[in-house]
Amino acid sequence: MRAPTARPAQDPGPAEGPPPRPAPSPGARPAPGPRAAARLRLAARLRLAALLGPPLLWLTLAYLGSLAVLLVSAFWTTDSFTSDVVRTWTTDNLHELLTTPVYRTIALRTVSIAIAVTLIDAVLALPMAFFMARVAGRRWRRPLLVAVLTPLWAGYLVKAYAWRVMLGHDGVLNRTLAPLGLHGPGYGTTAVVVVLAYLWLPYMILPVYAALERIPERTLEASADLGAGPWRTLRSIVLPAARPALLAGSVFTFSLSLGDYLTVQIVGGKTQLIGNVIASQVTLDLPMAAALSAVPVVLIVCYLAAVRRAGALDSL
Amino acid sequence: MRLSRTARIALGGVTAAGLAVVYAPLLLVLLNSVNSDRSFGWPPSGLTTRWWRAALHSEGVRQALLTSVRAGLAATAIALVLGTMAAFAVHRHRFFGRRTVSFLLVLPIALPGIVSGIALNAAFRTVLDPLGVGFGLFTVVVGHATFCVVVVFNNVGARLRRLSPSMTEASADLGARPWQTFRYVTFPAVRSALFAGGLLAFALSFDEIVVTTFTAGPGTTTLPVWIYENLARPHQAPVVNVVAAVLVALSVLPVYVAQRLSSDPAGGRL
Repeated sequence: MRAPTARPAQDPGPAEGPPPRPAPSPGARPAPGPRAAARLRLAARLRLAALLGPPLLWLTLAYLGSLAVLLVSAFWTTDSFTSDVVRTWTTDNLHELLTTPVYRTIALRTVSIAIAVTLIDAVLALPMAFFMARVAGRRWRRPLLVAVLTPLWAGYLVKAYAWRVMLGHDGVLNRTLAPLGLHGPGYGTTAVVVVLAYLWLPYMILPVYAALERIPERTLEASADLGAGPWRTLRSIVLPAARPALLAGSVFTFSLSLGDYLTVQIVGGKTQLIGNVIASQVTLDLPMAAALSAVPVVLIVCYLAAVRRAGALDSL
Repeated sequence: MRLSRTARIALGGVTAAGLAVVYAPLLLVLLNSVNSDRSFGWPPSGLTTRWWRAALHSEGVRQALLTSVRAGLAATAIALVLGTMAAFAVHRHRFFGRRTVSFLLVLPIALPGIVSGIALNAAFRTVLDPLGVGFGLFTVVVGHATFCVVVVFNNVGARLRRLSPSMTEASADLGARPWQTFRYVTFPAVRSALFAGGLLAFALSFDEIVVTTFTAGPGTTTLPVWIYENLARPHQAPVVNVVAAVLVALSVLPVYVAQRLSSDPAGGRL
């Protein structure tokens, strides 16, 4: 991690951190003059460049470059016979995207599902995280946290697949509900919302738990001593403390739902979200797929920017 | 906070019910792996170890597992190097555009997999095809590493934020060279964060399917891709279920290891 060019060996200044300070050891050497200070600053700059260069280069070449290629190709078109990309500049795709009612319907449906999933997860995560962090005994906190965390490792496909089996015609849900005269939702939009909420729930619980655990007990006691009931304490202390964490969790639940298409394919029946439309267009009409991907990209970048203002990216 | 007994019981009830719902599908996968009914009708008509034996001898599963492990290890290695560098740059230096850098690093994980997938696909086709490099394990690793960097960056960054710079200053004041300071002060402090980040990065890569679909060549099948390809085949369904059951059972392992080795109760952060 050290910049090879950064520092001559005879100059053992402060290693990390910006402020170059004279060493207090008496009589060792005189305090560095302005030129030495300038050299230290230069060394720090060089070290920063060496540290930041490779990751940024990678990010730019591998990721931002790819995104740029994709967004540019949204302005191209395809040969309708061969499905080959033709590089002529046109705004037809964007025009089609904005004027075709089907796309608007699908975009709206996708956003509604993402919002629903986020709300469900927030409503479930708050009481669960609160119980884990503040009500359950100390001995129980770690096991509970592990219990929430473990399913994260079980795999996305495995879980979506498990729900497919559960929701099936002869699956456990229908069989269990049958004696009560009920039946499961089957494959469709409801199943998509349920399964997505299921998949992303741990992403919401973890940050909320961390935030609630950090509330000092004194604050809660003070609130009670000042005459606030549990609801008032919840509203004035707990919720404000959990807000950045809820926003951080919502980054995951919202954006992961917004772009999902596999869960939709697995349990969604005939439901189509924006991800499915993109996936089905990729081989047929890449420029249209590129134009369509601008929708989730724009939505998520706006969402991230809004959430960042609320300081939630720091608690990610 | 003084809560009434009823409130405590209600909160406990919600938590218990939530965990029950979280685990029910996973337990069902485990149970169905020995269900002798091919279509997993409920309740199981009988128990069998046939599917386990079939999965054990499946060449496709073994190859896919190997590919997944290779891709995961390579992507994790790249992510550890780049993520650590970025974390040190952002958390140990002040510079213009610092917050933009952390924002950009989060992008690959925040944007939908399908967008990243087709973007990488389009870029690889434009850039690599003329160079004669085809789609394969290499392109998968590049795709995976891009979003694995974030996880390492977040883990190491969180640790650096808690680590006071006065420690390294003290080390320098006591006469340690920069390299010694890194070796004896900084590295031991971030070691467990590196481990947690690496573990999460590997898991993320191991589980990834969308980006993989768009960056893998025709011969490169990772485990999730294999599962997805065989999901719809009724003939293969029981074997898919066994693979799923193994993955569910194995998920205990990284959590356990992370718990043992890390002081962070969450065992890392995403």
